[in-house]
Amino acid sequence: MEEILDRAQKAAEKAEVFQVLSHRTPVHFEANRLKQIQTKETVGTALRLVKNGRLGFAQVGGMVNAGELIDMALETSSFGTEVNFEFPAGQSYRQTEIYDPAVEKVTIGEMIELGQKLVDAVASSTPGIQCEATVSRSITTCRIANTQGGHAYYTKSSYSISVEGVLVKNGDLLFVGDSRSSCRPIIDHRLVTEEVLKQLENARRNAAITSGVVPVIFTPMGVAGALLSPLISAFNGKTVFDGASPLKDKKGAKVFDEGFSLTDDPTIPYQPGSAPFDDEGVATRSSVLIGKGVVNQFYYDLRTAALAGTVSTGNGNRNGGLPSPSPHALVIDSGQVSQQDMINDIKQGLVIEQLMGAEQGNILNGDFSGNVLLGYKIENGEIAGRVKDTMVFGNIYQLLSKLEALGNDSRWIAGYARTPSIYLPAISVSAKSG
Amino acid sequence: MQDRLFSALKGHNADYIEIRLEESKSTRLIYRGERLEEAGRTAGIGGNVRALVKGGWGFISFNNLENLSQKVTLAVEQAGYVGKEESKFSPSAPVTDRVEVEFGKNPLDIPLAEKKALLDEYNSIMLGIPQITTTSIGYADGKKKVSFANSEGTYIEQNRIDLTLRLTAIAGKGGEVQQVGLSTGSKGDFSAIEKLHSRAKDIADRAVALLTAPQVKGGPYTVVLDPVLAGVFVHEAFGHLSEADHIYENPQLREMMVLGRRFGGKHLDIVDGAAVPGYRGSFKYDDEGVPATKTHLIKEGVLTSRLHSRETAAKMGEPITGNARAISYLFPPIVRMTNTYIEPGTTSFADMISDIKEGVYARDWYGGTTSLEMFTFSAGEAYMIRNGKIEELVRPVVLTGNVFTTLENIDAIGNDLDMNQGGGCGKAGQSPLPVSNGSPHIRIRNCLVGGK
Repeated sequence: MEEILDRAQKAAEKAEVFQVLSHRTPVHFEANRLKQIQTKETVGTALRLVKNGRLGFAQVGGMVNAGELIDMALETSSFGTEVNFEFPAGQSYRQTEIYDPAVEKVTIGEMIELGQKLVDAVASSTPGIQCEATVSRSITTCRIANTQGGHAYYTKSSYSISVEGVLVKNGDLLFVGDSRSSCRPIIDHRLVTEEVLKQLENARRNAAITSGVVPVIFTPMGVAGALLSPLISAFNGKTVFDGASPLKDKKGAKVFDEGFSLTDDPTIPYQPGSAPFDDEGVATRSSVLIGKGVVNQFYYDLRTAALAGTVSTGNGNRNGGLPSPSPHALVIDSGQVSQQDMINDIKQGLVIEQLMGAEQGNILNGDFSGNVLLGYKIENGEIAGRVKDTMVFGNIYQLLSKLEALGNDSRWIAGYARTPSIYLPAISVSAKSG
Repeated sequence: MQDRLFSALKGHNADYIEIRLEESKSTRLIYRGERLEEAGRTAGIGGNVRALVKGGWGFISFNNLENLSQKVTLAVEQAGYVGKEESKFSPSAPVTDRVEVEFGKNPLDIPLAEKKALLDEYNSIMLGIPQITTTSIGYADGKKKVSFANSEGTYIEQNRIDLTLRLTAIAGKGGEVQQVGLSTGSKGDFSAIEKLHSRAKDIADRAVALLTAPQVKGGPYTVVLDPVLAGVFVHEAFGHLSEADHIYENPQLREMMVLGRRFGGKHLDIVDGAAVPGYRGSFKYDDEGVPATKTHLIKEGVLTSRLHSRETAAKMGEPITGNARAISYLFPPIVRMTNTYIEPGTTSFADMISDIKEGVYARDWYGGTTSLEMFTFSAGEAYMIRNGKIEELVRPVVLTGNVFTTLENIDAIGNDLDMNQGGGCGKAGQSPLPVSNGSPHIRIRNCLVGGK
């Protein structure tokens, strides 16, 4: 890395090198039995440089030839954007607990044993169900250095388990599943399987729902899958700067229910979304995006912040290209009400676990619609069964402007969002049966 | 290279081993509004080894190409840990071949400045329309060379170039934001993305028109799909269900998808095939070294075959089809589609809509996804049909349904097959894989449309 930085500094005014090394071992189960063991080792190196005030960018997967990387970046710099920001100088970062050496010590044998428990717990509950499961451990080292004196690195461990089941019954396909991830080894398969067994129980029968407007409960999985992506888009500093966010003029305004608070929090110990600094070397921090219903702040990387005349919130993350604003780990504040009490409160309504196609609507406008892949009808305060051939339709700004209740059942979904169940007074439902 | 791979494959105790080495180079240009957000170059070298022992798989991916034989040993060891039964893997005759790039106007010969100048033209057309608040443009081209060898004596070198462009126009007024996009691409021919000026203007105009367009009332409608959207429909609703890896280990699904089952009327023919030349899903050999084929999935409304890897074909006792594909060396090959389409029928578009009292004409795609049985896909553009005429523009619609009933409900198939090259398919974390899909106009009775 030092060699690349030294040589880049001679060819350009400023430079930054970012490198990620990862070692991942997933163990896969298919059709209720062990199918494949994988080992994936990757190294990727990215170079940003500033030449004649313009940004050049190149990256290489695998062994790096410093000269080639620099030449590629120089070629793009003649077209690059004018650079309006500084790479961050050297600094000390907050201590963030994201590495547990125990992850590296977990053996393949132990991972296989855990995967088999995941599969067995679900398969033994329901005759005919076919399960896929994955147990995966990984170690990622992230290094960054720039010509302004900034240099830092961290090592993160992570461990994740998931199980998905498919059940074919009377021509119906039922999909259930759940996952967990952590920076520490996960020992207890029941964290995941108990959720799946509950889904199977709730979906044991089918129930027809009629078209109309009904109260709805989004489970934590439903919230993370269906409601978050429009908010992620709307609070992105870049969407705001481009004028495409419906919240662009709403900073300080109460747009959501006063019970609704949303924070991006990369400081929580042993969460896979946590990190001491972002992919530009800016210290991360906890950012309140919505505080008691009020739009509090948007999230930024260095470049967007400079364009918008503000500072980076430590949200410059790379997804295969240049850094751009993205959240680390979103947390919705929990409430007091149990999911069961929410269900008991509803005469005719819907519980949504998974929506299919929710991201296909006009996300910018907050519109969403989707097919209920896994959801249940509520009848007289009880779950009556699984709904099928049912679409829901709504606008998240309307929906989240008035909440009936927030659950006391907050949990992490896929390591990037922590949310309770959310009970909303009304959602539009179109069902084929009527 | 050939000798190096063969020597690494020698002397291991496995039922089957393959090595794949990959070199890639790509260029990406991304705009947000007037800003050129990213001009970037990427290069990569990597490889993998996959080994089969007694029905179990080991898979190692790496960037460091030294000591290949050791990597083979590790993959065989891992597979041995898993395998507890007899391996089933269909035979495919050993091949030695080198496949060169096919292209028209090679994008790699075009200077970055020229690519940028073309995108600037499209961008200024869109930004020039009043009420267009911003745009986004993503252009990418890439060259990939894959060297593949297996323990059966196959050695194949394949080169390919892939090219994609997406234009999006975003209109805003008050709190309303609407967007319309255009996606296209080609297997290495830059001219496929030239001369899109009038289409760039169209999408910007339409985004503005959507600001004041009404929303469709939700519920079941007679829906007419244009070739682009019908192509997405056949990919999502039926194509994924034809991938044998979803069903080969599941007795009930095998029963549900038994060959000979009727799925639709006699007019319905559905094909997938990488051997259909010239599209983004076309290739000569798949990622297990199997020659590409053209497969009739549905013939005259009846299920006649499905898409296979060598393992799924062996386990189901059906012929191999050459559909095992891996998006990169980081992943093992899995069963994927290639070029998927509904074959043309005889109905003209005018006849198709003439007897519709109230329906929806849905055009262009925004996205689509499937859970095998149920699917949703969203149109980029929609109009009401009233009394046999196309009427007002409405907000983009999301269509959903159950594949079994929906294929039965196709009651008219047009005579105007068109292929869409803008798609990228995602499955099991491998996305976006170059595919194409297509169809003539089709009419579906009783299709569920999302809305208030």
